[in-house]
Amino acid sequence: MTRTAPDRRAWVEQIMGMPISVHVRGVGARDAATARAVESVFADLRAADAMFSTYREDSQIRRLQRGEIALDDCSTAVREVWLLCGTALERTDGAFDAWAAVPGSPGTFDPTGLVKTWAVTHAAGHLRALTGLGFALGAGGDILVQTGPDQTPWQIGIEDPRDISRVLATVPVADGGVATSGVAARGQHILDPRTGEPATEILSATVIGPSLLWADVFATAAVARGASAVDWVQGFHGTSGLLMLTDGTVHRWSNAP
Amino acid sequence: MRRIIVALGTTATGLVLLFSWPTSWNRPVAAGGQAAALGGAGTSQGTTATGASSSGSGATAPVTATVDGAVAQTPYGNVQVRLTVTDGNVTAAKAIAYPDRGGTDVQISNYAIPILSQEAVQAQSAKIDMVSGATFTSRGYIQSLQDALDQANL
Repeated sequence: MTRTAPDRRAWVEQIMGMPISVHVRGVGARDAATARAVESVFADLRAADAMFSTYREDSQIRRLQRGEIALDDCSTAVREVWLLCGTALERTDGAFDAWAAVPGSPGTFDPTGLVKTWAVTHAAGHLRALTGLGFALGAGGDILVQTGPDQTPWQIGIEDPRDISRVLATVPVADGGVATSGVAARGQHILDPRTGEPATEILSATVIGPSLLWADVFATAAVARGASAVDWVQGFHGTSGLLMLTDGTVHRWSNAP
Repeated sequence: MRRIIVALGTTATGLVLLFSWPTSWNRPVAAGGQAAALGGAGTSQGTTATGASSSGSGATAPVTATVDGAVAQTPYGNVQVRLTVTDGNVTAAKAIAYPDRGGTDVQISNYAIPILSQEAVQAQSAKIDMVSGATFTSRGYIQSLQDALDQANL
């Protein structure tokens, strides 16, 4: 009997306080080179955690926050993330604000909302270098995928934030990112930069787009923005997604590029 | 704060319901009729497949095995799922580690999510590979399910 399902393997590790799972599919899924690439992904993410974690007092971000070092003293990675946060602030009309993300401490730079998908995007380079394989890299609910030569998309389920036994939708994604942000993600609240208070109007925002990092930024920004995001997402060209409001209303969109 | 308390209160119900997901996936095991052996509780690695027929699902007796998922850590405790795989299809799932009743076996119903079971006509294309969500508990939980399914493919 010939095998019909593509060869497949998965790895899961806890990094940055969340499960990171790597799924590979295709010829070579069990090769040693594949396993080494996956280990490199995990190693990169651990390194990013050491650099960016706000839970580690010795991280560059914490030292930067305390004023012990200046931005120019930081690594290229930290400076790159700083610049990306500035771009995100502009592109979201101020709704994603890494300088207004720490409760009661406006002005403090905290790039946590962008670092995870930034690190995942970089680390995925190890997987992109593998030929003949598709991969899905999941980091605590945000997912980056790429198909292999068979062009079979990955099937992504969108969780219902009110009832985790349900999915609001399933979506096939061939190459790109799926990011979901919610009011209670990771036990932290997303602040509305306009008020400094936790955003409460959107239970969950999912953005599907070609870039996981920007999908994540816009999903977070939509939650911060609140109910007015229903209109705002119409400007997210080349993305699809859904919003669930506090009253259970689900708004879906699919925008042309 | 109130939201957190509510979330804690509903966690148990949500987790129980979530166990029913794999039954609606009906994802074939890649290695045809091969079965995987039981991994030890508390480990993140399943064991390799042990024998059984490789000649497909013809007239041979059904091959059934169980596979344990990795222990997923959540803020509320550890979660681990055990799948039963019969002739390459996931036929049952239950919790063998569970936040509110640590270590207690919790038998799970065969409730299937409608949207998924409808798509399960073509088992290959109906599977969900990953779940995107913002709920912390479910993240760890779903990872355990995915890990169990992937170990069924070892």
